[in-house]
Amino acid sequence: MKIHEYQAKEILRGFGVSTPLGIPCHNVDQAVSAATQLGGSAWVVKAQIHAGGRGKGGGVKLAKSLDEVGQIAAKMLGMTLITHQTGVQGQVIRRLLIEQGVDIKKELYIGMVVDRTNQLVCLMASSEGGMDIEQVAAHTPEKIHKVLINPLTGLDDPDAANIARKIGIAESAIPEAQSFLQNLYQAFDETDASLIEINPLIIDGDNHVLALDAKMNFDDNALFRHPEIASLRDLDEEDPSEIEASKYDLSYISLDGNIGCLVNGAGLAMATMDIIKLYGGSPANFLDVGGGATAEKVAEAFKLMLHNPNLQAILINIFGGIMKCDVIAEGVVAAVREVRLSVPLVVRLEGTNVDLGKRILSESGLPIISASTMSDAAEKAVTAARGV
Amino acid sequence: MSILIDKNTRVMTQGMTGKTGQFHTRMCRDYANGKNCFVAGVNPKKPGEDFEGIPIYATVAEAKKASGATVSVIYVPPPFAAAAIDEAVEAKMDLIICITEGIPVRDMLRTRYKMQGRKTLLIGPNCPGIITPDEIKIGIMPGHIHKKGRIGVVSRSGTLTYEAVSQLMEQGLGQSTCIGIGGDPINGLKHLDVMQLFNNDDETDAVVMVGEIGGSDEEGCARWVKDHMQKPVVGFIAGVTAPAGKRMGHAGAIISGGKGTAAEKIAVMEECGIRVTRNPAEMGKLLRSILP
Repeated sequence: MKIHEYQAKEILRGFGVSTPLGIPCHNVDQAVSAATQLGGSAWVVKAQIHAGGRGKGGGVKLAKSLDEVGQIAAKMLGMTLITHQTGVQGQVIRRLLIEQGVDIKKELYIGMVVDRTNQLVCLMASSEGGMDIEQVAAHTPEKIHKVLINPLTGLDDPDAANIARKIGIAESAIPEAQSFLQNLYQAFDETDASLIEINPLIIDGDNHVLALDAKMNFDDNALFRHPEIASLRDLDEEDPSEIEASKYDLSYISLDGNIGCLVNGAGLAMATMDIIKLYGGSPANFLDVGGGATAEKVAEAFKLMLHNPNLQAILINIFGGIMKCDVIAEGVVAAVREVRLSVPLVVRLEGTNVDLGKRILSESGLPIISASTMSDAAEKAVTAARGV
Repeated sequence: MSILIDKNTRVMTQGMTGKTGQFHTRMCRDYANGKNCFVAGVNPKKPGEDFEGIPIYATVAEAKKASGATVSVIYVPPPFAAAAIDEAVEAKMDLIICITEGIPVRDMLRTRYKMQGRKTLLIGPNCPGIITPDEIKIGIMPGHIHKKGRIGVVSRSGTLTYEAVSQLMEQGLGQSTCIGIGGDPINGLKHLDVMQLFNNDDETDAVVMVGEIGGSDEEGCARWVKDHMQKPVVGFIAGVTAPAGKRMGHAGAIISGGKGTAAEKIAVMEECGIRVTRNPAEMGKLLRSILP
């Protein structure tokens, strides 16, 4: 799960991680009164969306008067921000963060991720702050320093101090940087974060260490023990179909093609998308109904796919294991009757009770195109999608 | 021989008395030699009771001592599953198979760290389990689609493994052992570990390796295959069409920072001499074509 920058900073401050002072707001009046409350003579107006690259897209602006804060806020709110992470459709700005201007002496990079190969949390640091870290990794990998963290004892003093020195933090600021990094790891660990990115981390004119930006993602599997974090979910930032799917415990991802797929199992669902592409078609979605697909779940899955205006055909690919093909077939027939299907439907069943399943489909009298193998199914679905 | 398990393996079940545990314990017990293999269950609240004749003990250590089980299969719900693995590791089990899906990554990081230097092997979590056809199945895969033979199967996915098995059967090829290593980012045995076991197994002639987007385990395995594998390997990688940054059902199936793409994995596997099909319907055919 993703959250906004201002929410991440609130969480991090709770763990003793320093950030500039800031106030989130939803309208121009709130923006101006936030700036007034913060005081000073310069403020930064930051668009709050769940994608990176906001600065380049015009989502981060400096204001030197209260009037300017109001003008920038008025322009940004409701604007569609397009960055390299939002895709071409962009994301509408609905929230802003007004922050005190900070005197920046140095910009650095700090990240924490789960290193799958080593099975440990990895702290990454670089002197190249404010840049896209993937670019730094590609062009100057020697400028990225890494420390693997022992999950039982945490980030120790020498490791924290050493990595701070490697990215060029002056000796006088090392103790502060060390505790900054240790607090950051504690926040990562105790909130079940899956990613923290501080880009940039800055050293200000008084040699203090501050998180000028903050990005936090969380492990969905651990949200059950963090209701306070789960409550930060912003549905405006998510795909409406994916929100609907999550209500029914369906794993659904919207894609830009025209053949809907309904599959049991994540690996088989991906493989089904791939084979559609292989036969010259384009998948409209990823949809895994899971091992225990019920008739109700299949019906909800149909409705989700039919909401997509680009949909030209549906391909159901089920490998019946413990869940028998006849049960799935009955679910499909019931769902088709309920939702009034408007596009061709290709069904491929394999596994337990497959013959019985196929008979139920053919005897239903519904216009279901039956397929014997995955290849056959993909070919028929691609042809059907072209024919509409 | 098969790998890791055979008809003489003795298994305990942690989480046997829950709905999922009961259902799959029955299915496993009814498969091949299962009646002799599934000898104990663990539930701290029900020691002394039994589930359809399978005795229940309070702890893994007690179950091991009383039953002689050396393998444990876990159906414990996600919040408690990592602790269940820890308990089985402490009791020095040889092999743990954790079926549970949805265990927090933080829990698995701690559990895996504590397993360093221990003899216990872990399959999963978030996996279908392992089967040596016509001898024993430990997990949730449909037993009857398999048949004893000489092809090894290793995969991160459940239904895609069944698909591979079914295609092998169409070619008249049975399996030595099939392992689903699971779809989580932090797990036990990797493709590489399983490949080494198949390489050393006298009863395995060739291997089907099924991977998917996310991480770099397939690449690591492919490099090992190039230098050490003495048997033919064919592969398929799911997710050529998966968009970056999206989690495709499995917690571990995600392209992040441009890494873990299917194209990258396929390229490395082919460089290392593994024949990879782009068509998931042709895994069986491809394997058949490379056999003498």
